[in-house]
Amino acid sequence: MIITTQNVNFFYGACQALSNVTLDFEKNRVTALIGPSGCGKSTLLRLLNRMNDLIDGTRVEGEILFEGRNIYAPDVDPVEIRQRIGMVFQKPNPFPKSIVSNITFAPRLSGVRDGGELDALVEESLKQAVLWDEVKDILDKSAMNLSGGQQQRLCIARALAMKPDVLLMDEPTSALDPISTAKIEELIDTLKKRYTIIIVTHNMQQAARVSEFTGFFYLGKLIEFSSTDKIFTNPDVKQTEDYITGRFG
Amino acid sequence: MNNLKQTLTRHLREIMIRKLFAFFAVLSVLLLGLIVLFLFREGLPLFKEIPVSRFLLGSAWYPTYDPPEYGIWPLIVGSLIVTMFSCLIAVPFGILSAIYISEIAPARIREILKSVIELLAGLPSVVLGFFGMVVLAPWLQETFDLPTGLNIVNASLMLAVMAIPTISSISEDALYAVPREFKEASYALGATKYETIIKVAVPAAFSGISTAVILGMARAIGETMVVLMVAGGAAAIPRGIFDSVRPMTASIAAEMGEAPFRSGHYHALFATGIVLFLITLAFNLIADQLSAKFKKEGCGTL
Repeated sequence: MIITTQNVNFFYGACQALSNVTLDFEKNRVTALIGPSGCGKSTLLRLLNRMNDLIDGTRVEGEILFEGRNIYAPDVDPVEIRQRIGMVFQKPNPFPKSIVSNITFAPRLSGVRDGGELDALVEESLKQAVLWDEVKDILDKSAMNLSGGQQQRLCIARALAMKPDVLLMDEPTSALDPISTAKIEELIDTLKKRYTIIIVTHNMQQAARVSEFTGFFYLGKLIEFSSTDKIFTNPDVKQTEDYITGRFG
Repeated sequence: MNNLKQTLTRHLREIMIRKLFAFFAVLSVLLLGLIVLFLFREGLPLFKEIPVSRFLLGSAWYPTYDPPEYGIWPLIVGSLIVTMFSCLIAVPFGILSAIYISEIAPARIREILKSVIELLAGLPSVVLGFFGMVVLAPWLQETFDLPTGLNIVNASLMLAVMAIPTISSISEDALYAVPREFKEASYALGATKYETIIKVAVPAAFSGISTAVILGMARAIGETMVVLMVAGGAAAIPRGIFDSVRPMTASIAAEMGEAPFRSGHYHALFATGIVLFLITLAFNLIADQLSAKFKKEGCGTL
């Protein structure tokens, strides 16, 4: 268990987005969170690295333990949490800077200044994100010139350069074409050897392809959580079955 | 038949409306063009009397002497120096307040500050000039033991007050336009708020902020009433920041009433207007270039 949520409630103002979510994420596994729009799966993901702190008027109840420590305890610095739990967003969002500067952004923040070390990090991260061969000659060009799929892999590389333990992915392929999607899925498969991956997806086939565990959310509640095989072949709850067979949602 | 008639009327109306809009668009451009033409027609005859270099670089402005001297170098220096000093004050204030308003302030304070700055922008310049004259000038004179409080420092401070709202509100727009995704990416990479502002928000808004600075400078250099009232009016190259100066705008405004029609003095004032026009035109072109670049960079597309 690397991350555990215990009885988590979450409110946007008066509106409750998550109720009583208790869930365990296993280390070096891929866990998928699925469910119809507005079911709270992205909200839960953003709770795991305290991104929801940035939204005014939100409130969390319950505990989220990362390696046994409650990340919402008053003495925890969210910056430290975010350095260890990286995130990839729905829309590729590289900075309007060069490819190199995108990758070295986080390492520089944490104090890496040595040129050789930074170069090595750039190469290593881009190789891990399977982008190195495509961009190794244009490292100083703006990241904005890359295609959408390349930009998203750059964002993954950028998160990996920070050497996180966990990688959160919020519908990372929903803005991409099928070929880029396939590349990202392959990438997830290789990355799970070194990282714990939690992925939110609208695409049920994707959840079935890439994940070992799946949680199904509906209206802010965790309806069912189990191994992906079980969820997709023999779910316990009728609602889950209806959703994955496409009868609603 | 009826249908055809309807279509024709509609078609005709479309054409009429289009022509009407085109007429007003052309008319307003034409009017501005004619003003520029007039400026050049009244200013250029001066150069039959004296060469351009002596006009621009001559250091004596004695337009009513016999023979007259039309050197506007002291006026150019006056304009540039008060603009420069006012920017030294207005740029940090404008940009830092924009950063505070768009990135740091809580929603309520942001609204209050934004309206206060807009209020500042709406302050008539003659009011600022008046303030500079009756409050700031005596204070400067006493505090620094000067012969007069109407000088470069006074004019720069008042111009800065005029330029701050321009710089602040345009910079704030530029910062506000930085996509939320960039800031989220930065936070998700473990950056603090300060690091996100300095390394992501400000660089992404850089060309917008530069545009703001240049438009603020253009505003300061073209401002007339304030400098007429508080710059002191001495047409000499200043030796220190407490000397009086006579910026180009002040000179034109003060002397145009006394200059005999189509005299050398009259032409010299129009020629000064040409110089001023070219300087502000250059500022605006630069600002335009920068904001075009800003739009091109924009947000990452898929």
